[in-house]
Amino acid sequence: MLKIKNIETFYGNIQALKDISIEVKEGEIITLIGANGAGKSTTLMSLSGVVPVRSGSIEFLGKDITNKNPDEIVAMGVSQVPEGRRIFPLLTVQENLDMGSFLRKDKGEIKKDLEYMFELFPRLAERRTQQGGTLSGGEQQMLAISRALMARPKLLLLDEPSLGLAPIFVQQIFDIIKRVNKENNTTVFLVEQNAYMALKIAHRGYVLENGRITMTNDASVLLNDENVKKAYLGI
Amino acid sequence: MKLDFFFQLLMSGLTRGSIYALIALGYTMVYGIVKLINFAHGEIYMIGAFTALIVSGVLSMYGMNPVFIFLIAITAAIIYSAAYGVTLEKIAYAPLRKAPRLSALISAIGMSMFLQNYVLLAQTSDFLPFPELLPEFGFLDPVKFIISTNQFLILVTTTVVMVLLTFFIKFSRTGKAMRATSQDRDMAQLVGININKVISITFVIGSALAAIGGVLISSHIGQINFYIGFIAGIKAFVAAVLGGIGSIPGAVLGSFVLGITESFGTGYISSDYEDAFAFVILIVILIFKPSGLLGRKVSEKV
Repeated sequence: MLKIKNIETFYGNIQALKDISIEVKEGEIITLIGANGAGKSTTLMSLSGVVPVRSGSIEFLGKDITNKNPDEIVAMGVSQVPEGRRIFPLLTVQENLDMGSFLRKDKGEIKKDLEYMFELFPRLAERRTQQGGTLSGGEQQMLAISRALMARPKLLLLDEPSLGLAPIFVQQIFDIIKRVNKENNTTVFLVEQNAYMALKIAHRGYVLENGRITMTNDASVLLNDENVKKAYLGI
Repeated sequence: MKLDFFFQLLMSGLTRGSIYALIALGYTMVYGIVKLINFAHGEIYMIGAFTALIVSGVLSMYGMNPVFIFLIAITAAIIYSAAYGVTLEKIAYAPLRKAPRLSALISAIGMSMFLQNYVLLAQTSDFLPFPELLPEFGFLDPVKFIISTNQFLILVTTTVVMVLLTFFIKFSRTGKAMRATSQDRDMAQLVGININKVISITFVIGSALAAIGGVLISSHIGQINFYIGFIAGIKAFVAAVLGGIGSIPGAVLGSFVLGITESFGTGYISSDYEDAFAFVILIVILIFKPSGLLGRKVSEKV
């Protein structure tokens, strides 16, 4: 479904991504784990077209999407929940969700999806008319995920959804990711520092170090790998 | 008699405030979306006034009904100014979107000078009479000494425009996209908003409002030259900062505060200081409330 081939991304003269290749198959949950500053968020931003790629190519559903405009990439079915949630602070919860379905025209279906979101996260229904900026961190994360799902993405990119959340929320968020993957057959590309949780729900994983992929395997294999255990799982 | 004077000043203040508001909205909306002070915005207002002057001049030769001429002239001014606004953005600002902010600011000042001098060369430096196209409204006769037909028209038009704009920003799909873009541009892209389109629309709306203001005030004052955009632009900019740049209600509030202060200041203190009042208010506001009357405190994102 998604083929990233040898991409390199730079911020000015500093190289953030070195020769990254990742493949995601339809229906999978794959995870990209790595330390702070390894280039995880940059990978997602390059995918979404926000940060330009200098070389290499990105293919989605057989079409080249390298350096396309972000809105065109969203239109093809790739939605991202960026790091730090990035809720529109002065828009209400409802308006934030409306923005999620910005490119869709099928009003009836949008309404159905909205109800589905409120079923996934009843908390959001209660806070519908409240400004996004007034929500708690966990609620904002729920809103960020719902907003991305409102686009009915074929591929959902999640950047550190567990960051800064209370453990109870972390569990809930991961359950929802699994559920969305199963119920809607949404392919998930999950970037996480919480490697243990991520590898537990993912089918396959990639390890990113200093802008380079150093390891890739089935998630269950990575979970038991000595190096991964030492570096990322703290065991 | 004293009360009459008071009301005259109040009406003149509200009129000024309306015009400032029409211009200030352009500053504040553009700032909200692209974080740029579009210093050439006053020139767009001036170009609107000139377009209306030229169009009405040509149409008058055909002996059309003056009210029709006025409507056509203002429509032409809106379209022409909007085209100028969008072109300005594409030529002078879009290429600098990723450059340091100072570069775009200098580009804006350059465009302002260019447009002023281009109109100076194409037209003349003299004041040109702006035709009186509108008949006196009969129903205003009893209060004629307080409010003129043109003032009345300015107040009504501004009110209608503000209400429409508020609804547009609040409820339309594009309006929501504009608000989202002003709050977080990258995130707006990530939900599929084409920010180039949003920026163009912002310039169209801002320029159209400025053109409306330009035509209305020219018709009120009765003369224009190439320099009118500069001082009106600066004043409206002050009004936008006063209200809190980036805030739409702020720009409107700031404009009326400024217009009324100027009017009462010139009436009760001295007209010599007409232009000084704006800057006194600006300085006071910047000292005590730097974010403006309705401005949001800028918080750093983590």
